[in-house]
Amino acid sequence: MELFKLTASALLDKLSRKETTPEEIFKDLSQRIADTDNKVKAYVRLDQTKDRRPETIDYSLPSIVSKPLAGIPVSIKDNICTEGLNTECCSKILSGFNPPYDATVIKKLKESGAVIFPAKTNMDEFAFGSSTENSQFGPTHNPWDLDRVPGGSSGGSAAAIGADEAILALGSDTGGSIRQPAAFCGVVGLKPTYGRVSRFGLIAFASSLDQIGPLTKDVRDSALLMNVISGHDPMDSTSVDIPVPDYTKSLVNDIKGIKIGIPKEYFVEGMNPEVKTIVEEAINKLRSLGAGHKPVSLAHTDYAVPVYYILATAEASSNLARFDGVQYGLRAKTSKLIDMYKKTRGEGFGQEAKRRILLGTFALSHGYYDAYYLRALKVRTLIKQDFDRIFKDFDCIVTPTSPTPAFKIGEKSDDPLSMYLSDIYTISANLAGIPAISITCGYTKAGLPVGLQILAKPFAEETIFRVAHTYERNTEWHKVKPKL
Amino acid sequence: MALSKETVKYVADLSRIELEPEELETLSKQLEGVLAFIGKLNELDISDISPTSHILPVNNVLREDTAQRSLTPDKSLANAPQPCGNFFEVPKVIE
Repeated sequence: MELFKLTASALLDKLSRKETTPEEIFKDLSQRIADTDNKVKAYVRLDQTKDRRPETIDYSLPSIVSKPLAGIPVSIKDNICTEGLNTECCSKILSGFNPPYDATVIKKLKESGAVIFPAKTNMDEFAFGSSTENSQFGPTHNPWDLDRVPGGSSGGSAAAIGADEAILALGSDTGGSIRQPAAFCGVVGLKPTYGRVSRFGLIAFASSLDQIGPLTKDVRDSALLMNVISGHDPMDSTSVDIPVPDYTKSLVNDIKGIKIGIPKEYFVEGMNPEVKTIVEEAINKLRSLGAGHKPVSLAHTDYAVPVYYILATAEASSNLARFDGVQYGLRAKTSKLIDMYKKTRGEGFGQEAKRRILLGTFALSHGYYDAYYLRALKVRTLIKQDFDRIFKDFDCIVTPTSPTPAFKIGEKSDDPLSMYLSDIYTISANLAGIPAISITCGYTKAGLPVGLQILAKPFAEETIFRVAHTYERNTEWHKVKPKL
Repeated sequence: MALSKETVKYVADLSRIELEPEELETLSKQLEGVLAFIGKLNELDISDISPTSHILPVNNVLREDTAQRSLTPDKSLANAPQPCGNFFEVPKVIE
């Protein structure tokens, strides 16, 4: 049985009819990983999966009814704390770190009966990157073309789902790190509204931008996972006390009357012509299904990337100050404390991490704070206002997820700025705190997936699910699998 | 703006990161490029705009001042590079 090819929803169905068991699913998935991951490298520290088995679940117990993901394996990005399972952010500086607690999302997954897969997925170190090339374990390879990047920073999770090496996966998104790899790997990736999902246990990159979110094979699985991980958490004072709806109720096949805004700033001269054509076809498809669309303007689009690279790096410089060799991870051998800090961080951080910490520290430093950090905070207001204005008259905004399909490994690694610009369509959603999903809407002539991004106002994930699911029900893109 | 190697070295010291000479060279050039790009923000008139520090209207989240469970010393020290009793031992701070 090729159980690893199925969605979580299909597996739950088989489990309820006793056509399979959690042990069988786990074994089948583990075999798939053993057969395929030497090519894709979606996972890290696989040697630690030995001797770990899922708990046996008795389906006759009444408590099973309240366990919505019972028996389903979930693969976790290496920056989400899992008690007893190393969590290293794919960085040398956190080598060997074994968290003494579970992140809230992990706790919720366990309570839902899910099986935390005992190897973490690859990522750009500390989520700094858009290609998963900045991992101390080497890059993950795109399942659609092994010479290409899977996107980043949640490239491991996205590639695992794309390669059927995972059933459900979690990633994190600060500037597009769930959505862009989802687009590159032909899977569904959702960044929830800021505050929808607890960040407790997510090793922080930028505290005002980070969100944990699902990477899945289809929109239904995304809704299932969102039902479990969402909700207020007293351990995260930025999480919001708003009830979690049953997101599966939004999985209807109807978008009649939905008003879609198409921002003209996202369809510019010089964008990849195949991406443009494929996304325009997807928009036409949505119109044929009953949605209306009009051009709109997000006037400050061009300022989003510079704003992000000040605010996110400033927050990162603060959040990464804790990695100093004192309490965990790498410690350089020195005789003076200050040398210990400098050498530990000099040896333990990769180049991108150093770049971002230096940039952030500079932007916050005396004499530059007003010109850079404070200015960026004000432009953030303008970006948020652009979205607020549009959502008064429109239910959602639709754009390409990425200006290009997956690029080749090594293609952008010498030019940080070119890498940063690849986030241009995803970054604004984090700055504005709004939810956004990427779903597959076609393939280039070379067979690479192209992502369609749907954005909505804060806490309107239901609208996103409705539009995304309707599109999926009327297309076949999500059923195509890479040849591995 | 031009970013001198001295400025980058100063910022590296503030960040407590030791850089090799080649790193200092490469990073200075790269950061200069990024900062030039970021200078685009100066095109905007932000005189009447207030900064967004919280994207949600959620702040001053408090709880009752009662003691709650926290990590035991054992768990806290489990990853310590140099544990010493109930302490994290570090190189001498005071000369």
